Amino acid sequence: MSSVSEEVDLLVGRLGERPLQILVEIQKTFNHVPTEAVEGIARKLGLPVSRVLANIEFYSFLSLEKPGDYVLLMSDNITDWMAGSRSLYSRLCSNLEGIADATKTSCTGMCDQGPAMLVNGIAVTKLDENRIDSIADLVKRHVPLSSWPREYFHVESNIRKSGWLFESGRRKVLEGQALLQELKDSNLRGRGGAGFPTALKWASCREATGEKYVVCNADEGEPGTFKDRVLLTHCAENLLEGMALCANIVGAKRGFLYVRGEYRYLESHLAKMLRKKRSEDFTVELHWGAGAYICGEESALLESIEGKRGIPRVRPPFPVTHGLFGMPTVVDNVETFCAASGIAAGGGKDFRRFGTDESRGTKLLSVSGDCSKPGIYEYPFGVSIEQILADCGADEPIAVQVGGASGACLDASEFGRKIGFEDLPTSGSVMIFGKNRDMKEAALNFSKFFAHESCGFCTPCRVGTSIIEQILESGNGLAEMPDLAGILKASHCGLGQSASRAVMDMLKKFPGHWGLS
Amino acid sequence: MKNLLLDGKMLTYEEGQTIMDCALSNGIAIPGLCHLPGLSPSGNCRLCTVKTGGRYVSACTEPAIDGMEVECETMELSQVRMQLLRMLFVEGNHYCPSCEKSGSCRLQEAAYHEGMLDLHFRPFYPKREMDASHPEILLDRDRCIFCALCVRASREIDGKNVFDISGRGIETHLIVNSASGKLLDTDISVEDRAVHVCPVGAILVKGKGFEIPIGRRLYD
Ligand SMILES: Cc1cc2nc3c(=O)[nH]c(=O)nc-3n(C[C@H](O)[C@H](O)[C@H](O)COP(=O)(O)O)c2cc1C
Ligand code: SF4
Ligand code: SF4
Repeated sequence: MSSVSEEVDLLVGRLGERPLQILVEIQKTFNHVPTEAVEGIARKLGLPVSRVLANIEFYSFLSLEKPGDYVLLMSDNITDWMAGSRSLYSRLCSNLEGIADATKTSCTGMCDQGPAMLVNGIAVTKLDENRIDSIADLVKRHVPLSSWPREYFHVESNIRKSGWLFESGRRKVLEGQALLQELKDSNLRGRGGAGFPTALKWASCREATGEKYVVCNADEGEPGTFKDRVLLTHCAENLLEGMALCANIVGAKRGFLYVRGEYRYLESHLAKMLRKKRSEDFTVELHWGAGAYICGEESALLESIEGKRGIPRVRPPFPVTHGLFGMPTVVDNVETFCAASGIAAGGGKDFRRFGTDESRGTKLLSVSGDCSKPGIYEYPFGVSIEQILADCGADEPIAVQVGGASGACLDASEFGRKIGFEDLPTSGSVMIFGKNRDMKEAALNFSKFFAHESCGFCTPCRVGTSIIEQILESGNGLAEMPDLAGILKASHCGLGQSASRAVMDMLKKFPGHWGLS
Repeated sequence: MKNLLLDGKMLTYEEGQTIMDCALSNGIAIPGLCHLPGLSPSGNCRLCTVKTGGRYVSACTEPAIDGMEVECETMELSQVRMQLLRMLFVEGNHYCPSCEKSGSCRLQEAAYHEGMLDLHFRPFYPKREMDASHPEILLDRDRCIFCALCVRASREIDGKNVFDISGRGIETHLIVNSASGKLLDTDISVEDRAVHVCPVGAILVKGKGFEIPIGRRLYD
């Protein structure tokens, strides 16, 4: 292994303008960021030491202390809980007592094959008691990760239902102005959750002046979402094609693919795809996240690429005029770019056959929780919850959480509702709760998620999410919840503004679970 | 000239101003802790939350729009401010009677203004490090509300980088720019603007304790 200072020199040369990425690489090599690296990076890039430290203390996957040879992070989503992750976690901790530490991390995007964990940043799926005991044994015997059983790292794609998006062709027939017009006519809206019209975003960026960037948001941090993982695995070429088409329209030469650190196991695959699609006109660089849900928010994501803590910017100005390095930037979700390349290949007419007036096309849903066939389902927009439940084999569920921890919780009387911007907008997370589930647990899990993931910038979210966690943990002060939910609406960004939504839904719809009426 | 309505009063403003700028230039004070004219707006304390078009926005960052209607002094917003202030009090360790800033503290003043009588929430009693290393400047992190005024003043006025906000969520904390992590080893000087912008008693000039007699301080 090269020395810390050699490694820093090398990385500064390669990734100079992206200090966070340098830290991510250092962490990968040394399992922590040695003080020598902190000082070296600061000196070489002319940054305050405090700025480098502030980054390390912000991102969950970066640490100053050397933890030993293994970093073990147990995925802590509600779907992991439902599959028994908490007792597995205790089992692992007691197995490893005095030898190594395991900790917890937010949803790792393996909800269809959980409980899951990350070992030195690489996903391990389908945990059970046997696997946990064997992992503890491997750690005790200091077996290098490369010699662990390969099947531990196997990630299924579980594509249960594919449609227009998965099947759309790859040969483009449209580009430039003609494609922009077609995108406009087809009314493609962003798949990351907010549903902003894609053609309008691209056109605004095209009109702005300056060096431009195209950024793909593959941070996929919303609990219960894993469709971008599957798109990155199977449709990376379409995604890169979509980014290139966008670059051609707006006039960008450089792009970034921001992928959450949890998907690092996809690195060699993605690097291969990037090499394959590289062109003179447009190059895309990979950028790895480091364990921060807030970096899925587009302006926090841009801060993160620039090497800062992921604090959402004040908007306006919006990224289309003031984005990456202050320049006009398009930020779109993985699925949006894939859909755009599908439209470029098959025309908008084919796309428009699917969906509703307000929500054209199809949507990938990540289905997990209590059902016999968890996985990816592609449906035309407008599909009802009932239909999804029937297809995935859910047996008399009591609740469905649509849109992840920040989404809405539906009870059985609402299963007739439909996926779409006009009724249930979502980035695609569908988590199912079977008949014996206690919704108190779900509420507690989500409250822990938000308290852990709040970036800490603004008062209502920084303090409010922790107060809510205390309330749900102790069961005291539930009557405060409506008021706290109101105060959270005064937060700076969408994280705080939606942090109490699911919990409020659950309290209202399942009061019996708290012994309330 | 462009206009907006703040609590029913017609105010004029210039293109590019925020709601806060507009209020200030019309001699109206919207409550706020993290805003200081001359420094770039941040929007972190949210105390200047106002309502427009049915939405909460922070007055210090929201651009004024011609004809917009803005509410500030309503029961609803007073309640929002009250809860935000309580959150700031319980999050840190604020022992006002023993704080030199008491009486000229903007947090304390805002709490009086809203008529806050109790903490309401359970105090967090965080463990935070005091930094007394510097001969002239004291950094008492117990009182820090992460308004980032010192961070911005150091960067934007002093041309230094003495302070930074680190960590995440409830673990957010203030750090200083030196390898030792101590104020003594930074390039701060007592003349720096950053030393004099703290709205609470987290950054204090040593040896000035209780200079102004109680009863004659700014907010007594
Ligand atoms: C807290 C928060 C987290 C978000 N996470 C993601 C994410 O993981 N992936 C994503 O595409 N969009 C996410 N978004 C939405 C983005 O800010 C942005 O709207 C989206 O990337 C735009 O792309 P689109 O128009 O293609 O949907 C998030 C928003 C918020 C407020
Ligand atoms: S709402 Fe939460 S995540 Fe968003 S800026 Fe405020 S503290 Fe950060
Ligand atoms: S030390 Fe004072 S000025 Fe600096 S962030 Fe804390 S409260 Fe604000």
